[in-house]
Amino acid sequence: MTIACEPAPPPRPQRPPLWQILFGDAGSAALTIVTLAMLVGLAPALNWAVFDAIWQADTPARCREGGACWAFVAAKLRFIMFGVYPPDEQWRPLVVTGMILVMVLVSLPPRFWGRRLVAAWLVATAAMLALMWGGFAGLRPVTTANWGGLPVTLLLALLSLGLGFPFAVLLALGRRSRAPVSRLLSILTIEVVRGLPLVGLLFVASIMLPLLLPAGWTIDKLGRTLAALTLFAAVYLAEVIRGGLQGVPRGQVEAAQALGIPAWKMIWHIVLPQAIQKVIPPLTNTAIVMVKNTSLVMIVGVFDMLSAGRSAASDPNWPSPYAETYVLVGTVYFAICFGISLYARWLEKRVQEKEYR
Amino acid sequence: MGEPAIRIEAVDKWFSAFQVLRNVSLSVGAGERIVVCGPSGSGKSTLIRCINRLEEHQRGRITVNGVELTESLKNIEAVRRDVGMVFQHFNLFPHLTILENCALPQILARGTPRRAAEARAMEFLARVRIPEQAAKFPGQLSGGQQQRVAIARALCMTPKVMLFDEPTSALDPEMVKEVLDTMVGLAEDGMTMIVVTHEMGFARRVADRIVFMDGGEIIEVAAPGDFFDRPQSPRTRSFLQQILH
Ligand SMILES: Nc1ncnc2c1ncn2[C@@H]1O[C@H](COP(=O)(O)OP(=O)(O)OP(=O)(O)O)[C@@H](O)[C@H]1O
Ligand SMILES: [Mg+2]
Repeated sequence: MTIACEPAPPPRPQRPPLWQILFGDAGSAALTIVTLAMLVGLAPALNWAVFDAIWQADTPARCREGGACWAFVAAKLRFIMFGVYPPDEQWRPLVVTGMILVMVLVSLPPRFWGRRLVAAWLVATAAMLALMWGGFAGLRPVTTANWGGLPVTLLLALLSLGLGFPFAVLLALGRRSRAPVSRLLSILTIEVVRGLPLVGLLFVASIMLPLLLPAGWTIDKLGRTLAALTLFAAVYLAEVIRGGLQGVPRGQVEAAQALGIPAWKMIWHIVLPQAIQKVIPPLTNTAIVMVKNTSLVMIVGVFDMLSAGRSAASDPNWPSPYAETYVLVGTVYFAICFGISLYARWLEKRVQEKEYR
Repeated sequence: MGEPAIRIEAVDKWFSAFQVLRNVSLSVGAGERIVVCGPSGSGKSTLIRCINRLEEHQRGRITVNGVELTESLKNIEAVRRDVGMVFQHFNLFPHLTILENCALPQILARGTPRRAAEARAMEFLARVRIPEQAAKFPGQLSGGQQQRVAIARALCMTPKVMLFDEPTSALDPEMVKEVLDTMVGLAEDGMTMIVVTHEMGFARRVADRIVFMDGGEIIEVAAPGDFFDRPQSPRTRSFLQQILH
């Protein structure tokens, strides 16, 4: 007699019914009730935002009655998004924002990561900056002092993280290196920059740096601000990456050495990818913090999205609609940061599927 | 016999103040198979790791195919080109597929074009009889399969000498045989091998000479027949009694 051994399908996990999830035991019942109570508490906010809101207004004066003045947001959207960039040239920052979005989307799948993607980013960044600047092919020149709004926020966040990352890798490697000079230099950079508040660093970059530079040298204020943000991002990323490097077992390096893989190629192809996979959550955290940190550039007079919003809301013709502006700007920040968060979760799941042990 | 493949002469090594290797000398001819055994902590791993400079010796000379291991990076590179190594814990690259594990080192160390590297990787994966696992990641394979991939990865670099550091001691018993069989196949093809192992059946069958180490010294070197049946040193005898129950 033979016993047929069919491979059985894996059992389906059973989902408990909804009422059991919500009221199954004392704990979840309490949680459900508290949540409901909080939702009820939010009702006035909902009234303000939706039912009493004013969606259209022929004159700003109409907004003095009742709820949220979304009419203001509609009227000032272009200003909040693009700042004081000349209005009839605003297709340029719009195109740049679109390019950023496309480049980010293209960069998401890990299988596109490689030299070509880095090259694409370099070309795209140069093209974006050129388009913003103008001054060629009949495009009106626009100085960085007139750049503003969302493209500035996005460019500062992306470039500070993107430029900061290679420095971070060097700092992290330097801090672990056996050569005393590079180790000391790395430790010094990391500790000094980490010990300063970003606001202070921005002041140094925007006000003190021009005084320190030799006469005749000028660096654009936006450029100086970007340099400060990059340095700040680099040291935080460096410490995260260093944590990842510590998690790569010694045997990985030994195997690579035994195979005769040259040191730099080993770091790039064997050590770093593993180190970075181990620190996706803290890297995500740093990326999100840096996106929000860009809003601090306001204090040195760079016109990012938040500054543009505040400036729009201070228009005396409108009844100071700050709340509405902050809701809009906050929503954009939230969308960006939550997007980063979702992406990181997806990446991490992919890594775990590979590991399986 | 001409120049030996590996010549170790009066090597001493310390880990800070602790001497791990004491006056170790050993010559290994091309095509010769050496098994190294001895109690834990006797310096077996340290000895073979000195042969590809994963560890540095402080006194004496180590020469591989006529190239002496010194500070010279060029020499170290040349020696590592000739010497493959298989580790106790496999040390596969967990973020790369099996195929990439075998292909990428060729690309990085030799500049082999990707196509050729992958073809070669498949050839050696077939040789260790797991070509069907090429697209998986190391974490998805059994220990025995991973160790065979590690052997294939080393072979892809066309080594003249293979070093094995307890290749089966991290494996479940049922997987030991598949790895040992692969190594026997390699020995039959004439590979020069130095194997640290406690698999005495393998030693008896494959080794030309068995090296017994204790306390950082080579105590005895003998052909398998003499080693098992007529051990000279009392330390060898007591070690054999322990492992052959
Ligand atoms: N990196 C190191 N630093 C300091 N001591 C070390 C180091 N590596 C090994 N040792 C010591 O050197 C001695 C020899 O170690 P080795 O790993 O060569 O022994 P082994 O014979 O391979 O032992 P096992 O059978 O346990 O693998 C041991 O006492 C060990 O504790
Ligand atoms: Mg050992």
